[in-house]
Amino acid sequence: MPAVRGDGKSKEAEIKRINKELANIRSKFKGDKTLDGYQKKKYVCKLLFIFLLGHDIDFGHMEAVNLLSSNKYTEKQIGYLFISVLVNTNSDLIRLIIQSIKNDLASRNPIHVNLALQCIANIGSKEMAETFGTEIPKLLVSGDTMDVVKQSAALCLLRLLRTCPEVIPSGEWTSRIIHLLNDQHLGVVTAAASLIEALVKRNTDEYKGCVSLAVSRLSRIVTASYTDLQDYTYYFVPAPWLSVKLLRLLQNYPPPEDAGVRGRLTECLETILNKAQEPPKSKKVQHSNAKNAVLFEAISLIIHADSDATLLVRGCNQLGQFLSHRETNLRYLALESLCLLATSEFSHDSVKKHQETVINALKTERDVSVRQRAVDLLYAMCDKSNAEEIVQEMLNYLETADYSIREEMVLKVAILAEKYATDYTWYVDVILNLIRIAGDYVSDEVWFRVIQIVINRDDVQGYAAKTVFEALQAPACHENMVKVGSYVLGEFGNLIAGDQRSSPAVQFQLLHSKYHLCSANTRALLLTTYVKFVNLFPEIKHLIQDVFKADNNLRSADAELQQRASEYLQLSIVASTDVLATVLEEMPPFPERESSILAILKKKKPGRVAEPGTAGNDSATPKERKSPALNSVGNHSTHNTSNQSTDLLGLTSPSGSSASPNPAPLVDMLADVFSSASPPSVNNGFGSSFQPIDNLKKFACKNNGVLFENDLLQIGVKSEFRQNLGRIALYFGNKTSFALQGFSSSVGTPGDLATKLILQVKPVDVNVDAGAQIQQLVNVECVDEFLEYPTLTILFLYNGVQQRLSLKLPLTINKFFEPTEMNSEAFFTRWKNLSGSNQEAQKIFQATQPIDASHIRTKLIGTGMKLLDGIDPNPENYVSAGIIHTRTQQIGCLLRLEPNRQAQMYRLTIRSSKDSVAKLICDLLCDQF
Amino acid sequence: MMQFMLLFSRQGKLRLQKWYSAQPDKTKKKITRDLVATILTRKPKMCSFLEWRELKIVYKRYASLYFCCAIEQSDNELLTLEIIHRYVELLDKYFGSVCELDIIFNFEKAYFMLDELMLGGEVQETSKKNVLKAIAAQDLLQEDEAVEGALREIGLI
Repeated sequence: MPAVRGDGKSKEAEIKRINKELANIRSKFKGDKTLDGYQKKKYVCKLLFIFLLGHDIDFGHMEAVNLLSSNKYTEKQIGYLFISVLVNTNSDLIRLIIQSIKNDLASRNPIHVNLALQCIANIGSKEMAETFGTEIPKLLVSGDTMDVVKQSAALCLLRLLRTCPEVIPSGEWTSRIIHLLNDQHLGVVTAAASLIEALVKRNTDEYKGCVSLAVSRLSRIVTASYTDLQDYTYYFVPAPWLSVKLLRLLQNYPPPEDAGVRGRLTECLETILNKAQEPPKSKKVQHSNAKNAVLFEAISLIIHADSDATLLVRGCNQLGQFLSHRETNLRYLALESLCLLATSEFSHDSVKKHQETVINALKTERDVSVRQRAVDLLYAMCDKSNAEEIVQEMLNYLETADYSIREEMVLKVAILAEKYATDYTWYVDVILNLIRIAGDYVSDEVWFRVIQIVINRDDVQGYAAKTVFEALQAPACHENMVKVGSYVLGEFGNLIAGDQRSSPAVQFQLLHSKYHLCSANTRALLLTTYVKFVNLFPEIKHLIQDVFKADNNLRSADAELQQRASEYLQLSIVASTDVLATVLEEMPPFPERESSILAILKKKKPGRVAEPGTAGNDSATPKERKSPALNSVGNHSTHNTSNQSTDLLGLTSPSGSSASPNPAPLVDMLADVFSSASPPSVNNGFGSSFQPIDNLKKFACKNNGVLFENDLLQIGVKSEFRQNLGRIALYFGNKTSFALQGFSSSVGTPGDLATKLILQVKPVDVNVDAGAQIQQLVNVECVDEFLEYPTLTILFLYNGVQQRLSLKLPLTINKFFEPTEMNSEAFFTRWKNLSGSNQEAQKIFQATQPIDASHIRTKLIGTGMKLLDGIDPNPENYVSAGIIHTRTQQIGCLLRLEPNRQAQMYRLTIRSSKDSVAKLICDLLCDQF
Repeated sequence: MMQFMLLFSRQGKLRLQKWYSAQPDKTKKKITRDLVATILTRKPKMCSFLEWRELKIVYKRYASLYFCCAIEQSDNELLTLEIIHRYVELLDKYFGSVCELDIIFNFEKAYFMLDELMLGGEVQETSKKNVLKAIAAQDLLQEDEAVEGALREIGLI
């Protein structure tokens, strides 16, 4: 039917032809002659065709909407198609579309009803959820509804549920919806099973009645012969889609309590495993795919239950067979599922039987994604017994590994080596090998960690010094090697200095020969090593002083280097040996903590990474992995729990080492070097009247900094947020020279704040030693928009006197902003759409400090919204956009800030998709500028 | 839940797109570009699944057309391959040995058929017979209207 052909001679000819046609259609739509339905349909169809050829279409929407009310089915159908392909959820036309849908839903013709339902499912906007949320459940369970309509209604409701969880039918509907699992029509059951799974995820308890129904349905399917289910048998496999849905549904529940139901389920799973052993009924790949899809899902359920050792081992053996299957897809999936089985105590050993095959896969698989799975599995199956072998194989593979997976492999090797090291010389060797083989992929965390471990274990220090010394002999060695070498020799170079081949002067010359090839960060580190040498080896002091004095250091363009060179030089000249020995003393041991590398890996692969070898005590992992990707609350909490330890050297600097490219970790390290000698007290003059500082308001536009400070205590805050979740770390620093006793810190949510915010507050130590700092973590989930700050109450005894501080926790609604990028057109369209009186809030206020562009920008970026450049026609003005994430909803917000330099005033306007939020944000931000 | 399905040619031309979750046009274009480029460079014997952002991509080539679906972590890869296959079978049955041009010039039928097979990113009807029955019912309405139109034109009604 369409008259435009896509196979024009050249791209230009096609574009020309299409522009001509578009102009023609436009003139037809604009012309005075009213078009009849047929013509409208023809042109709307042409527009669709042009769109599918890859051209943008920005008109015709109105005509398409007109077609919806046509009494001709074909016209209506094309109208609906255009709308489902080309209309966005936030279109102005939604109301008109909804009206047409209403009419069609009321039609007696099921084909019309289905068109309407499909359109709702395709667009699924919030308005639709509000309009049809109560109508569709009725349609779904009514006895009069035809099967085809029920199927569409089930999935339509599912879509609305995803848009707008409030439309969940509950109470009276629950049991009627569950009973759809018993429906005669397998198509209805299949559609309903998807809906029920989503409902179960939201309200597991209310829907638990579905378990026994699902089990009996599943049982009937797996025992059916392939002829029983007629057209629902797919290549000799009875109802594979429904089987998989049911198996998945059951993964939302623990194994059934009722012995009968449980027995039946076990029978089903056994039958599925047995069938996998039977000879195939067809050679077609469709047969094996469908059959194995059910098998893999059954194994997932077995892993989820993690209670039946026989089934777990059987599943494991079955997957083991797949490892050498000729289908790449099966090998890939088998490797993936075995990863999960490796985390179960029942099947961990069975998985290990396949070690050779997996190592072989690493060497021979031609597809990198399969090799990646093999790496994952080796990592998961690693334990004390096979760690050396697996680590060695991974190191071998790393030499030739694809660049895309090197970084992750480095992390994995580093974690395994640390976790299973019985002999720490082996650990040191592995890490140095890592740096040698894949130095570019060794992140700071990895080399930080090796240093932590060497410092904490004196049995390995001599070996480490010797090994790094040897490694540094290589003519070309990686900068990370220089870093490790420099740090280790600076601490423990004395342990090998007795050997003439590694005398102090030789060590120094060796390190210094790398100096000129290194970046400023590494040079700074080397300078610190040199000053430590001054203490360790007074005999080479003059050599070192020469280096400090050299022009390229003392007059370095890099301020950090210059400062270090001059300060170290002075220190080496002025200080007595005693002072030097104290200041440059060996590093004290680091506190034991979870490997920060593991945290990085978890962050990179949320939900994918089990701690290796934690069979049995980490049963959450398989579930976690399977959590839906697009609303992965579970995953985010994984991120957050792991972030705690990214700050590797045990410091509480406000920038996480991986989050910012600035050399913060380096500076911190230096701070540590000195802190061993003098406690980090900011203000030693206690007794002086220190004006308490309360910075609460400033936190509206920043996440990190000092919240409060008085004579006794400094409270620092470091927080991070992702969607509706957040983590706030509070650091309490004791500024006095006495321990604070009976220390407690609690967070409260007065009034209805408790329903809007869920806070999980970790306990703190009851004693804070003199000069020490302790950390407290608060996990936050935003359920709904909120106005008040949570309270923060701190109690402690100082010199036997009870002290009490009542503060506020710096947590405001804007922390849950996700910055939103948009262009000028989109911005102003939305701006205009949000013109309701409650949707806008405006304030005019005096500037608290001189109007300065960079200050304003910093503040605006700090609000969490996206600062959009080049949007506002007036370059003096600023606009930003963001979406607030709460558990229940997402609220779009737009901001416009207009400075008036003459008057030193600002006008701030906020518009928001939710009434009240605009005012909330406006009040919050108006005293920030 | 399936997030989207894309059909594209060996030359990288997008032939059909179906998005089951709302995305801005710009994102759609970027995703399409990325995936087409990624998949076209993969060799024939390679695995049909790949990890991509937080999603799993399942793809398969039929003659000159690639069918590519994005599913979530909890979805079953093998069955997604079979959804693709079932869709191809439906197209094949309807058009009689379907080719790329059939989909280009009868895109509306390709969409209608997909809407019967899948809805809101989930499988709706896996029975080939039932889907074809639904499409046949639509075609019947279309013919009736065509006949009526013709009769009206020559003034018989």
